[in-house]
Amino acid sequence: MPTTATKAKASAAPTHHHSTPAISLQQVGKSFGDFEAVKGLDLEIRKGEFFSLLGPSGSGKTTVLRMIAGFELPTAGRIELGGQDVTYAAPFERDVNTVFQDYALFPHLTVAQNVEYGLKLRKLPKAERTARVAEALEMIQLPKVARRLPSQLSGGQRQRIALARALVLRPQVLLLDEPLGALDKQLREQMQIELKAIQREVGITFVFVTHDQEEALTLSDRVAVFNEGKIDQVGSPSDLYERPSTRFVASFLGNTNLIDGELARQLTGSPALLSLRPEHIVVRPLDSIQESGTSAATAVIEEIVYTGPTTRFMTRTDHGTQLIVQEQNGATSSGATRGSTVRLEWPSRYNYTV
Amino acid sequence: MTPKHHLAPGFPPFAFFAPTSKEDRRDSSAPAMTALKTPPDTAVTRTIPTTQGPRNSSLADKISRYLYIRPKVRVTGLLLLPLLWLGVLYLGSLALLFITAFWTTDSFTSKVIPAFTLENFTEILTQPAYQATALRTIGIALAVTVLSAALALPLGLYMAKVASPKMRALLAIGITLPLWAGYLVKVFSWRIIFSTGGPLDWLLAPFGASGPGYGTTALVITLTYQWFPYMAVPVYSAFRQIPVNLFDASSDLGAKSWATVRTIAIPLLKPAFIAGSIFTFSLSLGDYIAAQFVGGKTQVIGTVIASNINLNPPLAAAFGIVPIIVVVIYLFLARKTGALKAL
Repeated sequence: MPTTATKAKASAAPTHHHSTPAISLQQVGKSFGDFEAVKGLDLEIRKGEFFSLLGPSGSGKTTVLRMIAGFELPTAGRIELGGQDVTYAAPFERDVNTVFQDYALFPHLTVAQNVEYGLKLRKLPKAERTARVAEALEMIQLPKVARRLPSQLSGGQRQRIALARALVLRPQVLLLDEPLGALDKQLREQMQIELKAIQREVGITFVFVTHDQEEALTLSDRVAVFNEGKIDQVGSPSDLYERPSTRFVASFLGNTNLIDGELARQLTGSPALLSLRPEHIVVRPLDSIQESGTSAATAVIEEIVYTGPTTRFMTRTDHGTQLIVQEQNGATSSGATRGSTVRLEWPSRYNYTV
Repeated sequence: MTPKHHLAPGFPPFAFFAPTSKEDRRDSSAPAMTALKTPPDTAVTRTIPTTQGPRNSSLADKISRYLYIRPKVRVTGLLLLPLLWLGVLYLGSLALLFITAFWTTDSFTSKVIPAFTLENFTEILTQPAYQATALRTIGIALAVTVLSAALALPLGLYMAKVASPKMRALLAIGITLPLWAGYLVKVFSWRIIFSTGGPLDWLLAPFGASGPGYGTTALVITLTYQWFPYMAVPVYSAFRQIPVNLFDASSDLGAKSWATVRTIAIPLLKPAFIAGSIFTFSLSLGDYIAAQFVGGKTQVIGTVIASNINLNPPLAAAFGIVPIIVVVIYLFLARKTGALKAL
């Protein structure tokens, strides 16, 4: 059975570079009339990895997911699944399954019937279907709701049933379209942990669409950042966060100070745009000694915002550049006050040109 | 408390617009209007009304307040006319029909004799001609219903999920168009269509075929045309309420198009089909005009009633009860499916 083979290979080595990627997009484009939603995209997703498509709404990430699933057909390019051309294959011909944003559970079928739906279409014998449904419900820790209707479940439960319904078919690739978007913050964080655990357990390639940068960084092995129908950067979460390749990536992932003009020239010798993370900067007294390997700027603290675990300082350097500094509260607190003049200091390696 | 206005000579008597009673003063536009109309060069001393106490009510206010605190009076007032209509006109005439069904007629004078007898019912139940007519009518009503449903499904799918908004509006008008014309006009146009050597014969002649002529087939087609909107509209609106994601999900899980229609669309549309069928079925069951004009020799319950209404009203009444019973059974079955819960 090809699915078991895929599974074994994938779980054995999720980070190894196989010759055939799980998904390969080659110059894929999609236009809706005059609007070009996706522009000549190249992307390879490895077997067994948790891959996120991250971007603001309208950046084309969902369209890409829908083209992989087969709900939309590309207007240009080629899509391969496990080395096979599926560019124009129907959704029911592709060995991928989708978890929808609003779950898309069938309201007239019970939880068990929903999970069983795909198995029935594959004409599996009754005994195997029952066993696999039970197994799937066990995996998502909801074995007791089998006879209920979706309308009798909470949002978090529906989300898990949608996951079970897709995973029970053991696809090569699981596509998740903002699956946690409708959940409240606490439940979302809990589901993130579970999702990651399930992905490790089953070893299936997960392609996860989200506009939540924190979610993408938390969950993913690699992330593609979408911007206006194109991918700005693909990389591991730390690659993207610490070495953003474009201004868009720098500002979309977390907060950043974008430095140009005189201060940039002073720091790097060129006026090119710099990205500097607020938490990389420390506030030090003017009369302290600057440590080696650091960059520094003299600044006035204009505003202080206390957020609980951190304090944010809105500062203005003597070049007139506004810099935001984020400081952990606790032992290392600088205790700087509003209106005081301080020295901002950070390791020079964080001066990252974008 | 009356606002004072300084009237400049030559200005219209704008005090006419000024608040004259406390009621008016609550309307914030009124003072604003006077303020606007006040000439800017005149010194105006005004008191802005601020009273918030209970209003000095008009009669309408008093009635409203009275009704507000007496919900039962309110409901009675609301339903008085509909209840009169339902109780006296509607149920009254039904009761009269029911009673008449147990009466008899003098076979010589054709006068109705109000005496209790089960003769009419015995005749309907035992006479093979009457039995056949009743069954034929039910069969025609079922055929019309099935045909309407079969047409409404693909049309509803197209309108709700595929068509552009403009196309959707056009089709919605097209579907409801039969409801805009008079009943007789439509029946007559179908009579012309099915007539010997008429448009349908002419259209089919090149293929070596001819229309069905007046008869049961023509009757079923005509009735389907008449009552189709009552099936198409609920099916279409139910289709619109099915999230398109469900079809994507079904296809994603491995269902081909027909499997999706069979396992997702039809079960979710069941209430709409049943709601629509109540109309197509009962309206077809009660029809006699279409049967007379395009039915040829086909006898339905309606035509039998029509031909007996003058000669033997009690028999007509008894036969009239047959469709009522059939519809009651139909509604009971529909209720059992749970489809009426949405009503």
